[in-house]
Amino acid sequence: MHDLIATTALGEAGPRADRFEGLSIAENPDFALVSVAARLDRQEGLSAAMKKAFGLALPDVGLSRAKGALSAFWTGPDQWMIEAPHDSHEDLAAQLGAALGENASVVEQNDGWVRFDIEGPRASDMFERLCPLDTRRMQPDAVSRTSIEHLGCFVLRRDAGEAFSVLGPRSSAGSLHHALCTAARSAL
Amino acid sequence: MIINHPLLGPRDAQEFTYLGDAALIDRPDWQGEDAQSRFYEYLYLRDNPAGTHRELWFHEGGDRSWLVVTRNTVSHEILQVELARDVARAKGRSK
Repeated sequence: MHDLIATTALGEAGPRADRFEGLSIAENPDFALVSVAARLDRQEGLSAAMKKAFGLALPDVGLSRAKGALSAFWTGPDQWMIEAPHDSHEDLAAQLGAALGENASVVEQNDGWVRFDIEGPRASDMFERLCPLDTRRMQPDAVSRTSIEHLGCFVLRRDAGEAFSVLGPRSSAGSLHHALCTAARSAL
Repeated sequence: MIINHPLLGPRDAQEFTYLGDAALIDRPDWQGEDAQSRFYEYLYLRDNPAGTHRELWFHEGGDRSWLVVTRNTVSHEILQVELARDVARAKGRSK
């Protein structure tokens, strides 16, 4: 029997947290992620099945919406990501696959992504050095894909305060973390 | 250059990559009798207009949708931006 030790995307035993003046960058490993893409001409069937099974109305362009433990965010035309706490929803892809059937292509994304939660009044001072997004003008439920340090990342605004999440490719977690911290240091 | 994405609004051109002439959407029928000459034209022959040009752009640093951008190649003015799938569907394509 293998005796494996779980590590975070940054290769450490626990999630990394960095504090700056007016800003914190915290790795958050507790999320399950599943991509859902409507099949051809099945957009309405997908929306209905999602609403029936999870009570979740899929959000419109550039938005996210939460319902209970699940939250969905728009990633492209007829495509969404569904997020939930990992410990309670590790099998999220199987649940969604069973509920959505032939309406959608469902792909588990667990462990493919790294998530950094960024909070504080100076967050936008950091983002403006990293990506073309105008995070100051993002609505509380807005989400957008953008390039950070040449990596395709999702930037989600979590609430009316200055709370954001950045989802980036896990295999480049170290580079993304370095970029975030370097921009934060230079801005603050 | 700012590209006015039909879904996401104005976005900087650095988020996009360029493919080429929007005529690439009209892929010839590979089973047609004249397939060989049509594919030769499809693959190699391009107009190179000084002026209005319809071209395919990919929103690589964004929502990864393909766009048909009508652009003036002299002034770089962007005249129209459409989702490529809408353009293809308007031509009766379902996929």
